[in-house]
Amino acid sequence: MTTPSVRVFHKLEGLFSIYKPPGVHWKLVRDTVETNLLKGINAAPPPGPRQRVQFLAEPTSVMAEGSSELTLSAASVPALAHHPLVSGPEFQHIGVGVGHRLDVFSSGVLVLGVGQANKALTDLYRSHVTRDYTLEGELGMATDNFSHTGRLIERTTYDHITRDKLERVLAMMQGSNQKALLTYSKVDMSTQEAYELAVKGELRPDGKSPPIMTGLRLLHFQPPHFTLEVQCLNETQRYLCRILHEVGLELRSTAVCKGVRRTRDGPFTIQHALTHQHWTSPDVIQAIRQYRSSRKAGKAKHTQPGKDTGTASQRQEMAEEAAVTGDSHRLLSVLTSKAFGS
Amino acid sequence: MVSYQNPLSHQLRDGGMLLKEWQTALGTNATPVHTHTHSGHFYLIFLSSPDLDDAPGHSALEEISHEEAVRMDIPAALPPVSISLKDYVNESETLSKLVQLGVQLWKLEQRPNVGSMLLRLDFQTDVTPRLVFLKQLGVEDSRLGYLISHNPFILTESLENLQARVAYLRSKKFSAESVASMVSRAPYLLNFSVKRMDNRLGFYQQQLGLSAQKTRDVVVRLPRLLCGSLEPVKENLKICKLEMGFRENELQHIVTVIPKVLTANKRKLTQIFDYIHNTMNIPHDLIVKFPQVLNAKYLRIKERHLFLQYLDKAQYDPAKPNYICLDKLVSLPDEAFCTEVASATLKDFELFQKTM
Repeated sequence: MTTPSVRVFHKLEGLFSIYKPPGVHWKLVRDTVETNLLKGINAAPPPGPRQRVQFLAEPTSVMAEGSSELTLSAASVPALAHHPLVSGPEFQHIGVGVGHRLDVFSSGVLVLGVGQANKALTDLYRSHVTRDYTLEGELGMATDNFSHTGRLIERTTYDHITRDKLERVLAMMQGSNQKALLTYSKVDMSTQEAYELAVKGELRPDGKSPPIMTGLRLLHFQPPHFTLEVQCLNETQRYLCRILHEVGLELRSTAVCKGVRRTRDGPFTIQHALTHQHWTSPDVIQAIRQYRSSRKAGKAKHTQPGKDTGTASQRQEMAEEAAVTGDSHRLLSVLTSKAFGS
Repeated sequence: MVSYQNPLSHQLRDGGMLLKEWQTALGTNATPVHTHTHSGHFYLIFLSSPDLDDAPGHSALEEISHEEAVRMDIPAALPPVSISLKDYVNESETLSKLVQLGVQLWKLEQRPNVGSMLLRLDFQTDVTPRLVFLKQLGVEDSRLGYLISHNPFILTESLENLQARVAYLRSKKFSAESVASMVSRAPYLLNFSVKRMDNRLGFYQQQLGLSAQKTRDVVVRLPRLLCGSLEPVKENLKICKLEMGFRENELQHIVTVIPKVLTANKRKLTQIFDYIHNTMNIPHDLIVKFPQVLNAKYLRIKERHLFLQYLDKAQYDPAKPNYICLDKLVSLPDEAFCTEVASATLKDFELFQKTM
């Protein structure tokens, strides 16, 4: 039976991204969003009161012959058993799933899914999406948990570090990561198709892999503070803090991480992420609609004149789209076919 | 899952007929076997289990008259044990009247033993006198539902105790309106003994060093101070004096303006104070002037302060120009804060929030 609450719930079933503020556990964020969505769903007007029929005996006038007839009259009485105060609100729990988690120290885009969209969420994360992070670092300190909130272990000088040296170190790290990517993607590098993929930067690991950075760039350098932009796969935020620490070590100094901020998680960018004052059902419904329309626009652009639907790059994009829209058949066919040549 | 014994059996007996009554009725009206009434034959079906010690009654397939069948009142088949009150609400006068008052039965039935207790209450003898008492006290009709939803045990507290506690509060010079307001905002208040309330009032007056009138004001503002345990309050007071370094008179002023500081979460309170005092560099006397900052959310203060710092407007010293009032920093809604205090748009503030 579709009551207004159920209709609102169906509108809420989808994927959307929120901006997680630093210093809060992701579970608290997920619980807050679930509570707000439940408030929105249960605010819809409840279905009308149900009636039940009760038979009441009515004494009738005694007829002259002496035989009295008893009749029963039917009365429609409200049935309180289905009143919202007795049975509770219609929705007391909804399943809100979280995508790739963010630890307490980090902030940034966190993808959430409601109801049926949780299946699309698992597909999305199995399809090796990349994520963009902005890391803020500070030279001259080393702590036990690689971030500035940890216990200080050592202090070093950093006057000898120049932008040039830092960029050289980053290039070296990027090179080693690229080699790791080639190894884990199990691609035969002597084929033309593999070369084209590598040139476009669309190689992906096949199956499980350790954290790999596909892109690394220095955004801002003002000693002792510097900012890096990283694109990576299969990472954890602690791994990224360790990267900063290793950058410091390579430069014969030390560095700690002052902030980890995720700016993109697969197809979800920071531009459309909802800040905490917008974690309510009307804003979430709008975000879901916006995401769906942007995916449809992207699909229309790609599946235009279907001459070359066989190339691996398009297959990769189709895989991502298929994962997101929850189309498991297409996803399976794409991933099991020999997508990477040879 | 809580099981209820069926306490409505006495009500069933009022509504329906006992087995023995049916048997006597059958005895007077029953005529020998083939009675052809104009409406045919009717059979009596026993719903309750027959008492085995009784003399063998009439069989279940006895023919009875049409009038007899229609006059029979078949009691509702209530389950003897249930996990939910919705099975009994249609038949129980108490429960249906409570629903009409606005009591949230679905929450109460989750608490252990509360459902059985409510079913056993009789509306006329138990519930009505207490509702009348609360109304006479001055509690609004619309608040009665809230009160009973949070404290159903007020319906089992003896009337003498309730009256004694109200008399005690009146004797401590709380006005009638303030007593009514305290009872509607702290539903458990009247379940506590006079000795316990006296103990707490004495504690607050002694520890805070406030006059009797000011203590009364604080308690009327936050009546749950009289309900809860005193240990968290003692710890909060210790934190304010030792860790934060507030003086006696400063603490008195803070508590009179924001009594919630006494029951606030210790960790959150210290986190906010640490940020305000050490990061925003606001001195003690300014915090005492605007104690609302201690009641605000940490994330809100942090975001707004960093936004003002980014715009080079973070100046909280009243002596210097372009001073930002702490009260406005914390209590204005986002839109008003952006336009009045930061002179920026809401969109800018949201973009800044995403860079934190």
